[in-house]
Amino acid sequence: MRIKLEKRREPSLAMLVATPIASVILTMLIGIVVFDLLGIKGFKAVVDIFLSPLLASYKWQDVALKAAPLIIIALGLSMGNRAQVWNIGAEGQYVIGALCSAGMGIAFGQTGGFLVVLLMIAAGIVGGGLWAAVPAWLRTKYNVNEILSSLMLTYVSFQVLGYLVGGPWKDPNGRNFPATAPLADAQTLPVWPESTVHLGVLVALILPIVFWVIMARSEFGYQVRVVGSSATAARHGGFDSKRTIWATMIIGGAMAGLAGGLEFLGVLHKIDLGFASGYGFTAIIVAFLGRLNPFGCLIAGIVLAVTYVGGQMAQTSVHIPNSTAGIFQAMMLFFILASDILVRYRIRVIPSAKAAGV
Amino acid sequence: MGIDFIIAAIITVVGLTTPILLAGLGELVVEKSGVLNLGVEGMMLVGAISGFAVTVYTFNPWFGVLGAAAGGALASLLFAVLVLQLNSNQVATGLALTIFGTGISSLMGLSFTGRIVVPFLSVFPESLAKHEYLQLIFGYSPIVYFALIMVPLTTWFLKSTRAGLILRAVGENDLSAHSIGYSVIKVRYAAIAFGGAMAGIGGCYFSMVITPMWAEKMTAGRGWIALALVVFAGWRTGRLLAGAYFFGILMALELYAKASGFSFLPSQFWAAMPYAMTVVALSFISSRGTAGANAPACLGKPFLPST
Amino acid sequence: MTMISRRTLFKGAGAATLATLASPALADDKVKVGFIFLGPIGDYGWTWAHNKGREAIEAELGDKVETIYVENVAEDASAIPVLRDLAQQGCKLIFTTSYGYMDQTLQVAGEFPDVKFEHCTGFKRADNVSTYNSKFHEGRAVLGTIAGKMSTSGVLGYLGSYKVPEVVLGVNAFALAAQKQNPAAVVKLVLIDSWFDPPKEAAATETLINLGCDIVTTHTDSPGPLQILEQKGLHGFGQGADMSAFAPNAHLTAIEDIWGPYYVERTKALLDGSWASTDTWDGFKEGTVMIAPYSKDVPADVVALADGVQAGYKDGSYDIFTGPIYDQDGTLKVKEGEVMALGDLAVIDWFVKGVESAS
Repeated sequence: MRIKLEKRREPSLAMLVATPIASVILTMLIGIVVFDLLGIKGFKAVVDIFLSPLLASYKWQDVALKAAPLIIIALGLSMGNRAQVWNIGAEGQYVIGALCSAGMGIAFGQTGGFLVVLLMIAAGIVGGGLWAAVPAWLRTKYNVNEILSSLMLTYVSFQVLGYLVGGPWKDPNGRNFPATAPLADAQTLPVWPESTVHLGVLVALILPIVFWVIMARSEFGYQVRVVGSSATAARHGGFDSKRTIWATMIIGGAMAGLAGGLEFLGVLHKIDLGFASGYGFTAIIVAFLGRLNPFGCLIAGIVLAVTYVGGQMAQTSVHIPNSTAGIFQAMMLFFILASDILVRYRIRVIPSAKAAGV
Repeated sequence: MGIDFIIAAIITVVGLTTPILLAGLGELVVEKSGVLNLGVEGMMLVGAISGFAVTVYTFNPWFGVLGAAAGGALASLLFAVLVLQLNSNQVATGLALTIFGTGISSLMGLSFTGRIVVPFLSVFPESLAKHEYLQLIFGYSPIVYFALIMVPLTTWFLKSTRAGLILRAVGENDLSAHSIGYSVIKVRYAAIAFGGAMAGIGGCYFSMVITPMWAEKMTAGRGWIALALVVFAGWRTGRLLAGAYFFGILMALELYAKASGFSFLPSQFWAAMPYAMTVVALSFISSRGTAGANAPACLGKPFLPST
Repeated sequence: MTMISRRTLFKGAGAATLATLASPALADDKVKVGFIFLGPIGDYGWTWAHNKGREAIEAELGDKVETIYVENVAEDASAIPVLRDLAQQGCKLIFTTSYGYMDQTLQVAGEFPDVKFEHCTGFKRADNVSTYNSKFHEGRAVLGTIAGKMSTSGVLGYLGSYKVPEVVLGVNAFALAAQKQNPAAVVKLVLIDSWFDPPKEAAATETLINLGCDIVTTHTDSPGPLQILEQKGLHGFGQGADMSAFAPNAHLTAIEDIWGPYYVERTKALLDGSWASTDTWDGFKEGTVMIAPYSKDVPADVVALADGVQAGYKDGSYDIFTGPIYDQDGTLKVKEGEVMALGDLAVIDWFVKGVESAS
C-alpha cells in the first residue's frame, strides 16, 4: 500500500483550526517526555510554561504586554508573506521606528499631550515603513533578495541605535551611560488603571480586525493574495507585482515601527543598547503559527507570549535553562508547518496492487 | 607596514572567512538543488557544540570535525523531512530550524560551559607552521585547507559530474527531472544533508579553532552572512570564495580602523560597514541580471508532481 | 533623577494587591533572596561571579535563607515581570545584577514597598532600592602596572565592549598605571559593541597583536581573547574571574569580582532589620575587588609592584586618578596633586593621553 496526497479544492477549515491546537498540545506532550528524560520534572515544567501564565490572573498583564508587539508585527509580516514577500528584518524596522518616535519626542522637548504622543507614534510608523522601503526599492529596482537585504539592514539599524543613544541623544543626566533621557510623563502612553497595560495592547486587539477587513474584503487584499499565489496569474489579472512588493514591505515595516514606538512610549520610556529584544524575529513565528491569518496572529501572539512568560516562571520553579523556551517555540512551528499539508491535501491510503488482489 | 603586518592581517582574515565560506558552499549546493534552507545559523550552532563535545570525549579533533558534520547534517534532516516529505514552506521551516538549533545547542552545551579543548591548529611541523613567512601557507587549521579544497571540488562536482548535472537539473526543473526518472526527493535530501554537514563544520571552526570552547550563540549571526554570500556570489563557487574574503576583509577592516584610532567617523560606522557593504554589493551584482539568470529556477518552491 | 510618578505608585499598589490575592502566603519560614542574572551562570565571567556571591549566602546563611535566581534575563521590559515574579514568590531581598535593569528595578520596587532591592552598577535609588558597585578600575590599575612593566613593545591592547563609564574608567586606570612604569606606553583600544561575541573578540585580539600589542587586556566577557594570546605565546588577563584554566600560559592574573561578602552583609542586615537604602562602591579595601594568583611568568619585582598598588589602595595611600592627568588631546583635566572625586569618576567619558581609540 502507499500513501497518496490529494489536493483539496478548498483548504480544509476544520484542519486550519485543528492543526495549530494539535501542534501546541503535541509540543506539550513531547516536552513532558523530553524533560523527564533530561531529569527535570517534565509535567511541572510544561504546566509552568504553557498554563501557569494563563491561570494566574496577575500574569495576564505580562502576557498582554509581551503579546502586543508580537501581534502587531506579525500582522504586517503575514500580509507580506501572503504575497510571497519575505521581510525578515522587522527587528530593524522596530528599532528604527522606536528611534523615530524618540526623535519626535526630543523635538518637542518636555511638551506632551495627545497630539505629541500621536505624532511620536506616527513618526514610528513612518520610520519603520521607510526602513522597510529600502529592501522594497532594492528588490523592485535591482532584484535584490529582500530576505538578505532586510536582515543586513537590521544589523545596520543596531549601529544607528548605538550611535544615537551614545552620541547626540545621550541623556545629559544619565551619567554617560548610552541611553536616551527617560520620557516626560506627558509623552508616555495612557495606562489602564491599576495595571501596566498600555494603550498599545488595545491597538494590538483592534488591528487584527482592520487587517482582516483589508485582506478579506478589499481590492488590495485580493491583489496581495493573487500575487502571492502566482506571478503569472497576477499579470493576467492586470496586477502589478512590484506595487504589491512595495506596499506589503512598507506595511510590514510600518507595523514593526508602530510596535517599536508603542513599546518605547508604553513600556520602556527610554532607548538604550538593550532595546532590541527579538520581537521582530519572533513575530515571524507568530505569523506562521497564526497561519498568516489576522485573527490567527492574535491568538498565536498570545500563545508565544505565554511561553515567554511561562519560560521565565519555569526558570525559578523547576530551574530549566532559558533556551528551552526557544526549543518549544521551534517545535510548535515545526508541527504546524508539518501539519500544513493536512490543510491543503487529503491523505488517502491506497492499497497496493497485490493486496487489492488484482 | 611591513610584510609581517600584512601576513598577520591575512591570517586574521582567513580566520574570519573560513566558517562563512564553508557554510556558504554547503548552502550553494542546497540552493542549486532548488531548496532554500534559512537554517544555516542553527546548523552551525549544532555543529559547533557537536564538534566540541566529540572532541572533549575522544580527545581527537578529527573525530570532532566528523561529529560536527554529523550534527549539522542531522539538524538539516529535520528541515529536509518537513520541506521534502510534507511540502512545508521552506522560508518558515528554515527559520524554525535556526530557532531550534539555537535552543538545542544551548541545552546540549550546558554541561560543556567552562571546558576547553586543545585548539585544532596546523598539523604541519612547527618550522613551517610558525615560520615567519611560510605560516602564510602552512599556519592554518586543517579545516581551512578543507574549505579551500572544497571550492574547486564543488565546482567540479556541479559542472563536470553526472551527479552534479542531475542536481542542477533538479534545481532548474524538478518536474522534467522527475519525468525522466530522477528521484527529485532523494537528490534534495542528499543536497540538504551536505549543506548541513558543511554548516556544521563551519560552526565547529568557532568552537574548536578560533576560541576552543563552547558558549551559547557563539556563531553570533555568521550563518546569515553565509546565506547572503550565496546570493552575492550569484550561485557560483568562484565568486563565493571571492565574496567570503570580501566580507572577511570588511570585518577585519572594522577592527583595524578602530584599533588604529580612526576617529573621524563614529565607531558604529565601521561596525555597520560589512552589512551595509553587503547590501550595496548585492545590489550591484543583482542589478546586472547575472544573479537572476543563475538562480535555480525551482529555488524555494515545493516539488509537487502529479498535481 | 529618582522619579516615581503618582501613576506608578497607584498601579504599583494595584499589582501588589493582586499579588497577595494570587499567591497565598508561603508556609516556608526561610527568608527568600532573589537574583536576576544577565547571562548564563556558566559564562565564567560576570554572571558566574555574581552566582558565586549567591552561593556565599547559601553557605553562610543557608539555614535561614533560601536563594532563587533567574538567568539570561534581557535588559529590556521583560525584566519587569521576572522581578515581579520573584517578589510574588516571596523574596524579601532581590539583587538585580546588571546596569540595564535600573529603571525596571525602580519600577517594581515601587510596586512592592516591602521588598528590598539591590541594583548593581546603577545610580538610581529609592527607600527600598540600594545601589552597589565595584571599583573594578582599582584592579585595572594593578593590571596596568604589570602590563606597563612587562611589555617590551610599550604598546598595550585593550579590548572593550561599549563606551560606558565602567569601561572608560578601566581603560584610563590601565593606561595611567602602565605609564607610571613606562611613560611612553600607549594603549590601543578596540570597542567591539558587544559584551559577548567570541569570534569578534578573537579577531580583535589578533588585530591588536598585529598592531604591536604584546599584552592585551579584555573588558568583554568571554575567555576567547586569552585563548588567542595563548596560541600566540603572548600574555593577557582574565576578566571577572580567574580564567587560567582557559589559557594557563597566557593568563598573568585576573581581576576577580567578589560579591559574596557584600551579599552576605546585606542579607544579614535584612534579617536583623537594619537594612537601609545606601550607595556602596567598594574596592580592594572591602575585598570586593581581588587579584587572582599571579602566574609564574610574572617576575618577582613586578609582583612586588602589583602588590604595592593593592596595598596602597587598601591603606588609602594610592589612587591612580591623581593628577596631573591629561586627556587624549593633551588638555590638562586633573591638576597636579588633585585626586578625581568618585562622583566625577562615575560619569567619566574621556580617555587619558596615550589611549588610541576610534571614538
